[in-house]
Amino acid sequence: MKALTEMNPRLRAWLGFGLGALVLFAAAPALLSDFRLSLLAKYLCFAIVAVGIGLAWGRGGLLTLGQGVFFGLGGYAMAMHLKLADAGPGNMPDFMELYGQLDELPAWWAPFANPAFALAATVLLPMLVAFGLGTLVFRRRVRGAYFAILSQALAAAMVILLIGQQGTTGGTNGLTDIDGFFGYDLDDPVNQRMVYFIIAAVLLGLLALTRQLMRSRYGELLVAVRDSEERVRFLGYNPANVKLVAYVVAAGMAGLAGALFVPAVGIISPALIGIVPSIEFVIGVAVGGRAALLGPVLGAVAVAWAKTALSERFPGTWTYLQGAMFVLVVAFLPGGLASLWGMVRRRRETPPAPAPVTGDQALIKEVAV
Amino acid sequence: MLRLHRRGLMAGSVALAAALALSACGAKTGENETAGGVTADTSGDTVKVGLLNSLSGTMAISEVTVRDAILLAVEEINAAGGVLGKKIEPISEDGASDWPTFAEKAEKLIKVDRVAAVFGCWTSASRKAVKPVFEENKALLFYPVQYEGLEQSPYIFYTGATTNQQIVPGLDYLKAQGKKSVYLVGSDYVFPRTANKIIKAYAEANGLKVLGEDYAPLGSTEFGTIVNKVKTAKADAVFNTLNGDSNVAFFKEYKSAGLTAAAMPVVSVSIAEEEVKSIGTQYLAGQLTAWNYYQTTTGPANDKFVKAYKAKYGADKPTSDPMEAAYTAVYLWKAMVEKAGSFEVEKVKGASDGVTFEAPEGLVTVDGATQHIHKTARIGKIGDDGLITEVWNSGSPVKPDPYLKGYPWATGLS
Repeated sequence: MKALTEMNPRLRAWLGFGLGALVLFAAAPALLSDFRLSLLAKYLCFAIVAVGIGLAWGRGGLLTLGQGVFFGLGGYAMAMHLKLADAGPGNMPDFMELYGQLDELPAWWAPFANPAFALAATVLLPMLVAFGLGTLVFRRRVRGAYFAILSQALAAAMVILLIGQQGTTGGTNGLTDIDGFFGYDLDDPVNQRMVYFIIAAVLLGLLALTRQLMRSRYGELLVAVRDSEERVRFLGYNPANVKLVAYVVAAGMAGLAGALFVPAVGIISPALIGIVPSIEFVIGVAVGGRAALLGPVLGAVAVAWAKTALSERFPGTWTYLQGAMFVLVVAFLPGGLASLWGMVRRRRETPPAPAPVTGDQALIKEVAV
Repeated sequence: MLRLHRRGLMAGSVALAAALALSACGAKTGENETAGGVTADTSGDTVKVGLLNSLSGTMAISEVTVRDAILLAVEEINAAGGVLGKKIEPISEDGASDWPTFAEKAEKLIKVDRVAAVFGCWTSASRKAVKPVFEENKALLFYPVQYEGLEQSPYIFYTGATTNQQIVPGLDYLKAQGKKSVYLVGSDYVFPRTANKIIKAYAEANGLKVLGEDYAPLGSTEFGTIVNKVKTAKADAVFNTLNGDSNVAFFKEYKSAGLTAAAMPVVSVSIAEEEVKSIGTQYLAGQLTAWNYYQTTTGPANDKFVKAYKAKYGADKPTSDPMEAAYTAVYLWKAMVEKAGSFEVEKVKGASDGVTFEAPEGLVTVDGATQHIHKTARIGKIGDDGLITEVWNSGSPVKPDPYLKGYPWATGLS
């Protein structure tokens, strides 16, 4: 144990990624049934969103309560392409003929028939929206609770828009009944496995990217902005740009997660992108520990897994148990699950250098701003 | 930056290798699939069935009553010896008023528990979410709630009313009463929007004027504007497809605006006995509903059902149309299985046509072609005691017509 903590951080990172790859690519597929593996694929999609929130909230102090919007943009972009591919060239998706009373495909759907456009849109569209909103908000120095409320309002607005446009968006039903994924039949368990592997690989890749970001000069700057924005401004940096990058990157990750969620689960609907799911994303991150790299991933997977496991075992009372779990974590582990490791370590030596602000203190601070 | 590239490269190559290795053996879309779904586990001396209802979230208040009705039917069937000599073992899952959760739980019931059939779902959105799951796995769902029609999945049996068994008779009734114009009020989701599309087509063909059409977001309690518009439009009647809590606010506003059941009746298609209780009879007395069953429906089968339900769950618990349809679904499944002599899905489906059951709502017959059931349409009036009494019925069970093919005015709807 001692040797591990003193190890070269670079070597430790490689070891960590190797271990993660081993668990995701070898252990999980070998041990889990097809059904459980497809559930894990879903959890990993939430974990990808969580990595982004960890960066924006944990490192940047941006309480993003509206990640569902970006998740939804990515998910809908992907689902629109897959629905069009299922329908075949020249045809309209099934639900449009049922509810739309349309004679032809709406103009804004047409470009999504192109796979390259749709794939690019899953990431770029959320980033673009985040860029637009972020530019307006951060330049005006909106922060703390006001930023959180604004991001949440966006989630609510997006849901209302989608439900109102039932003919072209599928309304409350969302886009369902997706059969194929770029030519591969999603009913086939082998292809479901392929989707799982793609998601796992994307998660590992994004973790590597985020680790790099966090350790770079930009990462230091982001933490500095979180802890004292004014001081960073006096040093000659523009905090708005620093925050904007974190927000846009987090939005891109959420969009990618939404896009991968669609082939894994086969549905995207307003129920997945509104206020409640947006808050659930953040809860996962808080439970795992928002400032650590792996904390959000562990938290998102743990919360989603616990939801499934508890609701299967106690269908009548699981919501209480889930609530109790959140209360316990916030009360006794304010730094989240990831802080368990740190607590063990701190018993032995002095606190590590980049000590993160603990969860509830930060929350109080943010609301008070 | 260099290190970043290297790691990205590593992750990318892992992904690529994995994708390539696996894509080699996956089936392409459109290829013939030989493997067909999961077979139910009927090896033991019990047979498992799944109950998929929202036990938490906004829909729980309605869906829990449906689950209770299913459990009552299961208990009765088990007491009478079970199905094909096997006792039914119900496995309940919580859909949590969340459509993707419904899909997850449906898959769990089919693949992990290997149930012979699933009973449940309420909202159209939850049905649409689970439909592909049942079709992929070739498993059976019994859906017990009235819905907007225009659907016919080979793996779903619809035991609630389709539009020609509820909405169309409701309109026929208004027309027979001499009403010349209607105003449409609904919640903003699939069922009201589709129902209103059908109502407008009917109205156009039958000389009924639609004076307005308004939607409130699900769960909205702000009805001042809508009621005002209804009042100024001076329609002869209102057709109400609001769902859940919104009805409370709507009817309160309706009454305080001075609108009455006598001058401008409201026909509701989502208010049953349970909802009447929560809205309050003072706001609803005299208003109309369209269903296939009421607690007051006469007949020995209903007397027995109501008595058994109250004995099990409490004397103050009313019975309602979706509960009755869910209760009936379990008995219909039993009858189909016994006719087929097997729990196998394809055999059960094959045996379904013409299966009958003396249900609380009267005799129902399964139509094998559409997998819907023949049901008697009933218009009811809400009384001061919170119960609904029938003022009109279709006389005999109406043949289900989910795509309204038998109605010339409905061409172009589907």
